[in-house]
Amino acid sequence: MKLPVWLRPVLFILVLLGAWQLAVYLHPHQLLPGPIKTAHGITDLVHHGLIIKYTVASLFRVTWGFFLAVIVAVPLGLIIGWYRRAELAFNPILQILRPISPLAWIPIAILWFGVGDLAAVFLIFVGCFLPLLLTVINAVQSVPAVYINAGRNFGLGPVTLMRRVLYPAIAPRLMTGLRITLGLAWLVVVAAEMIAVNSGLGFLIIDARNAGNRYDLVLAGMVIIGVVGLLLDNGIRSLERAKALRWGYAEKS
Amino acid sequence: MSTKTMIETNTPASTLRHKLRIDDVNMIFTRDGKSLPVLENINLEVFDGEFICLLGPSGCGKSTLLSAIAGFLKPTSGDILIDGEIVRGPDPRRIFVFQERGVFPWLTVEGNIGFGLGKLPRAERSRRIAHYVKMVGLEGFEKSYPHELSGGMKQRVEVARALAVNPDVMFLDEPFGALDSITRMIMRGELLRIWQAERKTILFVTHDIDEAVQLADRVVVMSARPGRIQEIVPIDIAHPRDISSPRYLELRDGILSQIGLAHNL
Ligand SMILES: Nc1ncnc2c1ncn2[C@@H]1O[C@H](COP(=O)(O)OP(=O)(O)OP(=O)(O)O)[C@@H](O)[C@H]1O
Ligand SMILES: [Mg+2]
Repeated sequence: MKLPVWLRPVLFILVLLGAWQLAVYLHPHQLLPGPIKTAHGITDLVHHGLIIKYTVASLFRVTWGFFLAVIVAVPLGLIIGWYRRAELAFNPILQILRPISPLAWIPIAILWFGVGDLAAVFLIFVGCFLPLLLTVINAVQSVPAVYINAGRNFGLGPVTLMRRVLYPAIAPRLMTGLRITLGLAWLVVVAAEMIAVNSGLGFLIIDARNAGNRYDLVLAGMVIIGVVGLLLDNGIRSLERAKALRWGYAEKS
Repeated sequence: MSTKTMIETNTPASTLRHKLRIDDVNMIFTRDGKSLPVLENINLEVFDGEFICLLGPSGCGKSTLLSAIAGFLKPTSGDILIDGEIVRGPDPRRIFVFQERGVFPWLTVEGNIGFGLGKLPRAERSRRIAHYVKMVGLEGFEKSYPHELSGGMKQRVEVARALAVNPDVMFLDEPFGALDSITRMIMRGELLRIWQAERKTILFVTHDIDEAVQLADRVVVMSARPGRIQEIVPIDIAHPRDISSPRYLELRDGILSQIGLAHNL
């Protein structure tokens, strides 16, 4: 008997859920709530209207933090990558800032912006900005010289060269960078919401634990975070299939 | 009809004017503190509408010379003049064709060919694109992306992109080097056809002696590094050239012995 391809992951998930339920049944008080209780938790949250509310709150912060990081990091990366010497001046700072986890900025975010959306947006911005900037700088520096020379040959000045040659030349790598960074933003928002705000999916998890050890709600929150993260990734992946970007992936295969 | 008139207005009034003059050009690269002389005392005059082949062993500085003439590199000493003006940088009146590697992969065939036509009105732009798509035989591929094309087709796109801005000089650095021998023969024929129709001044780098003798008005033979001009061989055979004629073989053998290669390798 041969299973259709789409059925295999579904079956696999069902098997795992079954094993989880069985483990919980065998050791009732030592483990997590089982999948059934978790499902109840999710319906509970739906009834209270919390899922939509918190998901929207988290997405709102991610959107702003990510968006701000993109509009600052992409042009800046193009300029730094283009003017090599500027890159040398920036480089030590970037290398020191890079290993600092965005979560290390939480106290400063609260100090500057208080507890609220702004602090969370700031943290996401911090988390996305450097990886994006470095992606763009590296991408610009690896643009083949022939494209730049061809652009100059047709009479392009620095600004049009960036718009008509550098930017499209890095677009495929930029898209990959955006996808990775958006994933990062989704990781950061959950952590930020556990501390810096009192709404959102991260807050939901920490609040469910603090206010009465509702581990079913904790797990429900985790499931939702996973599902939304997957949807975000799929959304941005569909952008990668745009025709003008496909060359970047076609050439490698 | 309109094609015809456009070509005619492009034809230079006098065909024996100097287009390009190279005066005592030297090029010395420095690498790891050591200096590497690449071009030595290059002197050359090229007429308007002339087809020049630069021929020489690998590493002798052909690409370096061509880049300097195109304005991408500055010679260490000496002057390069085009139309009596010193070359100070790349210019849309003189287009460099970088094998097929210079085709922009993010643009379609149309987008590539129209790349240098941004300032033209829309209708004129698409008319020119259509004209050059036809000239290089890419009808039906206007909306294709370069990764969907063969090497020879990409090469045509790049030639068409250069022709579309109506330059007076074209630089081609081993443009057919990466193509298979059949496609290479076809492309040579097409380049000659285009050159005869549009009368551009062409500087063509190759290390293929047959290619040089088939295409050029004059073959500039360069010595091994540091590159010097060893000899300039005028090819006095009318097009289309019979590549088995005694004169052809004589010229080719002359160049062969000039570079120090006997007939029987
Ligand atoms: N930017 C550079 N810096 C230092 N050395 C260079 C540079 N560009 C070229 N060279 C050196 O100059 C010499 C001539 O190079 P060039 O590319 O002009 O040769 P070529 O005649 O075009 O050779 P080929 O037929 O293999 O293309 C080579 O030895 C090369 O290593
Ligand atoms: Mg070369």
